[in-house]
Amino acid sequence: MTVAGSVSHIEEPVDRPAIPAADATEEKPLLSASGVSKFYGSRIGCEDVSIDIWPGEVLAVVGESGSGKTTLLNCISTRLMPTTGTVTYRMRDGQTRDLYRMGEAERRFLMRTDWGFVHQNPADGLRMTVSAGANVGERLMATGARHYGDIRATAGDWLGRVEIAEDRIDDQPRAFSGGMRQRLQIARNLVTGPRLVFMDEPTGGLDVSVQARLLDLLRGLVTDLGLAVVVVTHDLAVARLLSHRMVVMKDGRVIETGLTDRVLDDPRAPYTQLLVSSILQA
Amino acid sequence: MAVPLIVSGVSKSFTMHLRGGVRIPVVDAVHFSIEAGQCAVLSGPSGVGKSSILKMLYGNYAVDVGQILIRHNGTLLDLAQAEPRQVMAVRRDTIGYVSQFLRAVPRVSALDVAAEPLVQRGTDSDTARRRAADLFARLNLPEKLWELPPATFSGGEQQRVNIARGFITDHPILLLDEPTASLDAANRAVVVAMIGEKKADGVALLGIFHDADLREAVADRIIDVTGFAPKKAA
Amino acid sequence: MTMQPTDLATYNFAYLDEQTKRMIRRAILKAIAIPGYQVPFASREMPMPYGWGTGGVQVTASIIGPDDTLKVIDQGADDTTNAVSIRAFFAKVAEVSTTTSTADATIIQTRHRIPEEKLGEGQILVYQVPIPEPLRFLEPRETETRKMHALEDYGLMHVKLYEDIARNGHIATTYAYPVKIEGRYVMDPSPTPKFDNPKMDQSEALQLFGAGREKRIYAVPPYTSVVSLDFEDYPFEVNRFDQPCALCGAEGVYLDEVVLDDRGGRMFVCSDTDHCEKRRAAGHKGTMAGGEIGQ
Repeated sequence: MTVAGSVSHIEEPVDRPAIPAADATEEKPLLSASGVSKFYGSRIGCEDVSIDIWPGEVLAVVGESGSGKTTLLNCISTRLMPTTGTVTYRMRDGQTRDLYRMGEAERRFLMRTDWGFVHQNPADGLRMTVSAGANVGERLMATGARHYGDIRATAGDWLGRVEIAEDRIDDQPRAFSGGMRQRLQIARNLVTGPRLVFMDEPTGGLDVSVQARLLDLLRGLVTDLGLAVVVVTHDLAVARLLSHRMVVMKDGRVIETGLTDRVLDDPRAPYTQLLVSSILQA
Repeated sequence: MAVPLIVSGVSKSFTMHLRGGVRIPVVDAVHFSIEAGQCAVLSGPSGVGKSSILKMLYGNYAVDVGQILIRHNGTLLDLAQAEPRQVMAVRRDTIGYVSQFLRAVPRVSALDVAAEPLVQRGTDSDTARRRAADLFARLNLPEKLWELPPATFSGGEQQRVNIARGFITDHPILLLDEPTASLDAANRAVVVAMIGEKKADGVALLGIFHDADLREAVADRIIDVTGFAPKKAA
Repeated sequence: MTMQPTDLATYNFAYLDEQTKRMIRRAILKAIAIPGYQVPFASREMPMPYGWGTGGVQVTASIIGPDDTLKVIDQGADDTTNAVSIRAFFAKVAEVSTTTSTADATIIQTRHRIPEEKLGEGQILVYQVPIPEPLRFLEPRETETRKMHALEDYGLMHVKLYEDIARNGHIATTYAYPVKIEGRYVMDPSPTPKFDNPKMDQSEALQLFGAGREKRIYAVPPYTSVVSLDFEDYPFEVNRFDQPCALCGAEGVYLDEVVLDDRGGRMFVCSDTDHCEKRRAAGHKGTMAGGEIGQ
């Protein structure tokens, strides 16, 4: 340690999940946002944001409440139409498409096959009055699966992968703990083998120990499945554990980007330094 | 391939925005290269910037000015200017790193922690775990620990997991940040032997070793970092 | 106040005013043009409470003419209060002839059944519908369900059937069983027993559905494909009955259970009273016919 200063540099950079080998050769980003701005009247949601998301890569968007990170997430996931800017996505057939020029039917199909969206509050992403098995199976049925036994077996398999006992398959998420609900939401999203998953504060509102378990699970799934993930979080520890790259937002603008360990260990922007020194105290 | 890494005119400082923007220079005009099959050692007193240099070479710290040229997958790349994705590729394929401390990942077994860099490069999990087990055995890590997450291990045990993780791949460049600080003499000797094998394989090593005997045992060349101290007026 | 008898009608033909009937006919035409699609319409107050068939009555009132013969059934029966009242209503306000015979009717307004006797070309079956939206069980937002119909986003329908099997080991939905119309719209066939679903498929008669409280009209034109949703390993099946009708001995018809006493005595009889009576008139006899029931 050369410089102590007010910024902590004690973290070692070595054990983030590496990008899977096959994906480094991919020449094009999966999703590209260019000059994306969203104004709520005269108020800025996010302004002139350009980011690329590459296959198999986890990108963390960090910043405090009101920094525009959730607005950005919604804009690039077609949940919120940006005021200006374009968002393109490379489809499975290799074609790059402008998401906001797609028909709604096609966009919905994309969202429930090739994408996932994990909400902070599982109740927003689950059907609370439908069994866990049907929650996981819904995307399969929506894309044409018509064999009950197969759907149920796949759902059971996914419950296992997110560490929910298979005998809970017919229970409703209302009967689940917060951590279980969040894991169920993840299974529900991953069952169709998406390539890109958006996550909005996926560990928010969970106890620390539950958080840790969820993060480990996510980390493993992301690596095993080669998922690209955009994760919005205000928790830098979550960003460090999960992400390869980081985007720091403040007042709707991106103020710093880079490798996650570089941004956290050698923050350049004044605000990032403040963020790092404020949060990484543990 | 004789000179896989050249550091040229590299300077590094920290600007402490929270302290009125005071600029703290770390190193200035760093200039050296390392050669394949050799182990170079950064030397100098504590606080002189050895660790910062290693971190710049790994892309962990940004570089103010200068070049860090490496041979990466057959091309020449300036790491100081590289895109994050290129840095990630360099870490996967070209530069390995043994850090001083292991950042323990909860619930992941020691074997999987050590095997991970190989798995990420496409080796199947069983083979990678076998290789990790071989290294653990060599480093005398008690077998009963192998399947446990290293979070609760002692410093020396964690460091051996870390060493195994760093040495398991065949990166052409390997950075070592005091890998033996918490090891006993017997295990230090194992590490010396392992460094020797890396050299024999043509790997270029760059390390920081506080232990003078160990430094003697592995160093082909000493790079005195005090020579890169920033000038007072900077 | 006294009113002198005059030639002026005190109500319009078939109760509804002509503008309203035109509005409803336009909705019906649209519904026929887009089989299975729920067309909103400006449902009127009728001289009966919601839930008593106001949707069906408005549809019937809009299509009925002086030459029509009307039959009204409630759960298959011509003689329940609801059926009798509606039949009397149209006899009075449209002066049409009424019948209980399925074959003689040009318009059959129904609550919860399709007659056993095969309907033919030129006949119109008008269903009374309480809840027209088949997706409502799982998605309460009307804005969302309409979008789902528009985008053919019907995964939820199978979620409902999945839940059925998960809970009961088989698809336990026995009435209002969802169907897909002409490979496009998923439709609620109204609370008819699923026994009747196959009769809707490729029917020669026009089928109109009116939901008064919900202000929706939809239709299945003649010769339209109506497929009941199911799973490959849990295919759609109609209800089966262990015994024939106790009165007429009919098999393969929908039976109602009738409790006879407080000692567990019961009988199963045709729910379609017209069908049963015709069979008995033709000499068919069930196990309990001719005896105590007839007296």
